[in-house]
Amino acid sequence: MKRSWLWALSFVLIAALIVPSAALAQGTVTILGVWGGQELEVFQRVMDAFTEKTGIKVQFEGTRDLPTVLETRLAAGNPPDIAAIQGPGQMHQYAERGALVDLSKHLDMNNIAADLGPAWIELGSHGDGFYGLMIAADLKSLVWYRPDQFAAKGYQVPTTWAEMEALMEQMVANGDTPWAIGVESGAASGWPATDWIEDIMLRTAGPEVYDQWVNHEIPWTDPRVREAFEVFGKIVLNSNLVYGGPVTVLSTNFGDSVNELFTNPPNAYMHRQASFITSFIREANPDVVIGEDVDFFLFPPIKEEHGNPMLGAGDMMAMFNETPEAVEFMKFMASAEAQAIWVGGLGKLGTNNKIDPAVYPDDVTRAMAEALNSAEVFRFDGSDSMPSAVGSGAFWEALVMYIGGEDLDSVLEYIENAAQEAY
Amino acid sequence: MKRRAGRLTPILYVGPAVLFMVVYQLYPAIHTIILSFMDRRSETFVGLDNYRYVFTSSTMLRAFRNNLLWVVFFTAGTVGFGLLLAILVDRVKYESLAKSVIFMPMAVSFVGAGVVWKFMYNYRPPGANQIGLLNQILVVLGLEPKGWLLESPLNNFALIAVGLWIWTGYCMVILSAAYKGIPAELLEAGQVDGANDLQLFWHVIIPEMKPSLTVVVTTMLVNVLKIFDIIYVMTNGNYGTEVIANRMYKEMFQFANTGRASAIAVVLFLIIIPVMYANVREKLKGES
Repeated sequence: MKRSWLWALSFVLIAALIVPSAALAQGTVTILGVWGGQELEVFQRVMDAFTEKTGIKVQFEGTRDLPTVLETRLAAGNPPDIAAIQGPGQMHQYAERGALVDLSKHLDMNNIAADLGPAWIELGSHGDGFYGLMIAADLKSLVWYRPDQFAAKGYQVPTTWAEMEALMEQMVANGDTPWAIGVESGAASGWPATDWIEDIMLRTAGPEVYDQWVNHEIPWTDPRVREAFEVFGKIVLNSNLVYGGPVTVLSTNFGDSVNELFTNPPNAYMHRQASFITSFIREANPDVVIGEDVDFFLFPPIKEEHGNPMLGAGDMMAMFNETPEAVEFMKFMASAEAQAIWVGGLGKLGTNNKIDPAVYPDDVTRAMAEALNSAEVFRFDGSDSMPSAVGSGAFWEALVMYIGGEDLDSVLEYIENAAQEAY
Repeated sequence: MKRRAGRLTPILYVGPAVLFMVVYQLYPAIHTIILSFMDRRSETFVGLDNYRYVFTSSTMLRAFRNNLLWVVFFTAGTVGFGLLLAILVDRVKYESLAKSVIFMPMAVSFVGAGVVWKFMYNYRPPGANQIGLLNQILVVLGLEPKGWLLESPLNNFALIAVGLWIWTGYCMVILSAAYKGIPAELLEAGQVDGANDLQLFWHVIIPEMKPSLTVVVTTMLVNVLKIFDIIYVMTNGNYGTEVIANRMYKEMFQFANTGRASAIAVVLFLIIIPVMYANVREKLKGES
């Protein structure tokens, strides 16, 4: 009895190992991504449209721990055909290792150049090849506020850093708290603060120095990096300027902290976060109308000579297996047709400039798309472009230490040590 | 015929087990040791560089210090409370109910326990509604809420408390069985000789339970040296709570540094071996 049961079990196990690989043989493309919930629903619509058009089936696997899963599957020689990776940093690492397929061999690059701005092609290039396709972007240099509350208190939207500092002083004098910040994000805690540093760095040191910093051509102990941390520190370490002080900043989830704007009276008046925060606002406060009850202004310029560069991030797709089905899918993702579904459903901003502005769900998103297109300078999220031991390691940890009260010099040295080994 | 079968039988019985051990235990262990002397992509030999990192970087030194904290307080806590509870529940009528309740956290996954306790320790600023039970209690008592998971070294003890919550029941169940195995005559003889409860405990109960205690202590030591889930879920090693296994995970899967992760694995392995040896030896003694 017992033995036959064991036989049955081993048969099931062996079958489980064989059957999936057999099912993948023909007309299927496998995709690995971080998406779940609403994002996955919309991506499902993109995949359905693709299947309808080409007859090729799509198998999507979602994981919140994408680098781990991808690393394991690569090591096992069994990568997905396509993965939605974190950004240029990961793309460079994989391209360097020879794990990626050069898309310029398969896509019509003249078409791509006509459809995507040069900034997006540059972001996806490594050496002579084109490896990372940006399918959508998020704008990060945004400060969210409530126009009705600003009007009631006589606060003006600041357009320069001097005005911003005056506004913060005015709020404190009124007994109000200017900022709501939360950097808790499970195993990724600290990342929301890296966006602050990047936005400040672009405005205090300028885009050229920003690039040098991201590529580690200047050390983390450079006075210009230090300055960016200090500007952020003046706000985040001051309990008058940020709701609840540093302990609250560290223990509040990034998606929850914006809710301090919607208490009565508001616990805080401003929140700096990327465009995606609107979906968090809607979920926690169903009555709030985006664009009326809450709106954004652009993170103001700090040093005049550097103007007002835009910081952003986006969804990048890269191809790991050279199959005709995967090539078809990449072609599809570059098209305005596919991107319209994706950005229209999620309020992201498309990279294909043939997208009809009417697909954006509301005026706020259209305004963001316009800000992105009219920006003189655009830079990709620096931490996503650095090697992961820095960009999603030491940089995150260091900001948590800094907000926790550790000395700035030792914090910067900590990242510098990690950076010297990682680049 | 019969003799040949006799010679083959042990090979047939032991063979598969040995094969599996070699493929799944010995080979990976040796491979890991080789990788620990190579660079992040396992391409070039780098000598002792990875071990230099393990023994000199501030991050790893902190991880060692924290693991030591865990070893002392977690092991003493689980075994101490387990033993105390094993003896106490023996004297009450609702013994099985009490034991079930204390044992129940074992049924929760570590990740689940971490998430639950993260809510317990949740911090909101003074004046706001507290979501976390512990801070609500502090507020009701008129005290300021505390950042349980943020303030070092308090946070390490807050994490160890979660470990105790999970594992104390396990220690209690095993020790309770061992306690019940002590012959009643032995305890009576002690009482007749005039020993009080405390003397009985130290001079009769503890020596009689020594084999089980050794197994429980060594099992807890191995557990605690490998401790990972609770830290990964609750702080990810931030705020000065890093431990060896969490660092190993980060180096391997987040930073893709195979050499360093392997070196950490080897060091952890070397620390655990003597404990495992004691554990196995005691188990074998119990069987013979």
